[in-house]
Amino acid sequence: MTATREIPGTKLFDGRMARKGYALNKMCFSFNDAANREAFKADEDGYCASYGLSAEQREAIRARNVLQLIDAGGNVYYLAKFAGIFGLDVQDLGAQQTGMTKDQFKAKLLAAGRN
Amino acid sequence: MATLVGGITTSHVPAIGRAIARNLQGDPYFKPFFDGFPAVHDWLATVKPDVVVMIYNDHGLNFFLDKMPTFAVGAAAEYRNADEGWGIPVMPPFQGEQALSWHLIESLIQDDFDLTSCQEMLVDHAFTLPMALLWPGQKEWPLKVVPVCINTGMFPLPSARRCYQLGQAIGRAIRSWDSEQRVVVVGTGGLSHQLDGERAGFINKDFDLKFMDSLVNDPTWATKYSITDLVELSGTQGVELLMWLATRGALGERVRKVHANYHIPISNTAAGTMVLENAC
Repeated sequence: MTATREIPGTKLFDGRMARKGYALNKMCFSFNDAANREAFKADEDGYCASYGLSAEQREAIRARNVLQLIDAGGNVYYLAKFAGIFGLDVQDLGAQQTGMTKDQFKAKLLAAGRN
Repeated sequence: MATLVGGITTSHVPAIGRAIARNLQGDPYFKPFFDGFPAVHDWLATVKPDVVVMIYNDHGLNFFLDKMPTFAVGAAAEYRNADEGWGIPVMPPFQGEQALSWHLIESLIQDDFDLTSCQEMLVDHAFTLPMALLWPGQKEWPLKVVPVCINTGMFPLPSARRCYQLGQAIGRAIRSWDSEQRVVVVGTGGLSHQLDGERAGFINKDFDLKFMDSLVNDPTWATKYSITDLVELSGTQGVELLMWLATRGALGERVRKVHANYHIPISNTAAGTMVLENAC
């Protein structure tokens, strides 16, 4: 089942995305375990290969690009664990996805509170 | 029979955990959020719950896409958290109230909620941070717990109407539990926020304030919206307001607002807190 209408700038993680992103999300789920995060850092190619990532997913991981990762089926809950390897928080991810600096992104959120 | 003392709803943003770990409750950025809690602590000291039923959503610590229950109830003797991949501190373990877990499971299934029971279950920040906010500075938690998890990560999600009804069934189950214990229901998450996509950083103050008001004055107001409507109005993660609706459903028809707080932003989120009790 898919969403009945499009919401701009928003991709609902439905069954289609869950199928497409399974390998990528399974790898990111494994990063709950510190030993797996170390294994990824030690041999990124080998680690990605062991989860059977598609070429699109492998490239999105290589690029550290959140929008590409979402297009490749990534779910933000699991992608957050990938970002955690690099010490990135959800504001870093928000800034990257909206093409802002982190300071600009934070300023946008502060402004939302003043409206 | 057990007593349902009331309900608390609060956001569970990971940044709250970092602020607690670094003792930043008085920092100007975090203070407007943490200032919402002394009144909650005062209320808890008055109503003295023995057990908390915590309605929350897992963010990929316990549940993966291989098996994704829509509704899950914990039935473990003990629950632990883990660092979740991005370094949240590990907390003291939480003691489960297994008698209430199994009473809830039996009662909810009797009530046509075909849930998943979990005798082993890791609890994530959506469970642990509200515990740390409501009962701060604990080496041992002062009450037992029953986790209730609602899927918000993989669509289709349960509807707002269904989550409200789940809460009503949870309320009936607590009030029919053959025990002298006092139970508080806590719902965590929200309010408006979106982490993913070009719309990341979306916040909707008007909707949040209407929603908070509706929990007191028109509790089924939000149940008229579809999940897609709620994503549009409150963001992809703003749908966590489902936990607030379930908590409200557990209370009676009429409630009294004991306390409310709302602040933008904590990290990417409009952060809210409410305490509701049954109006006599």
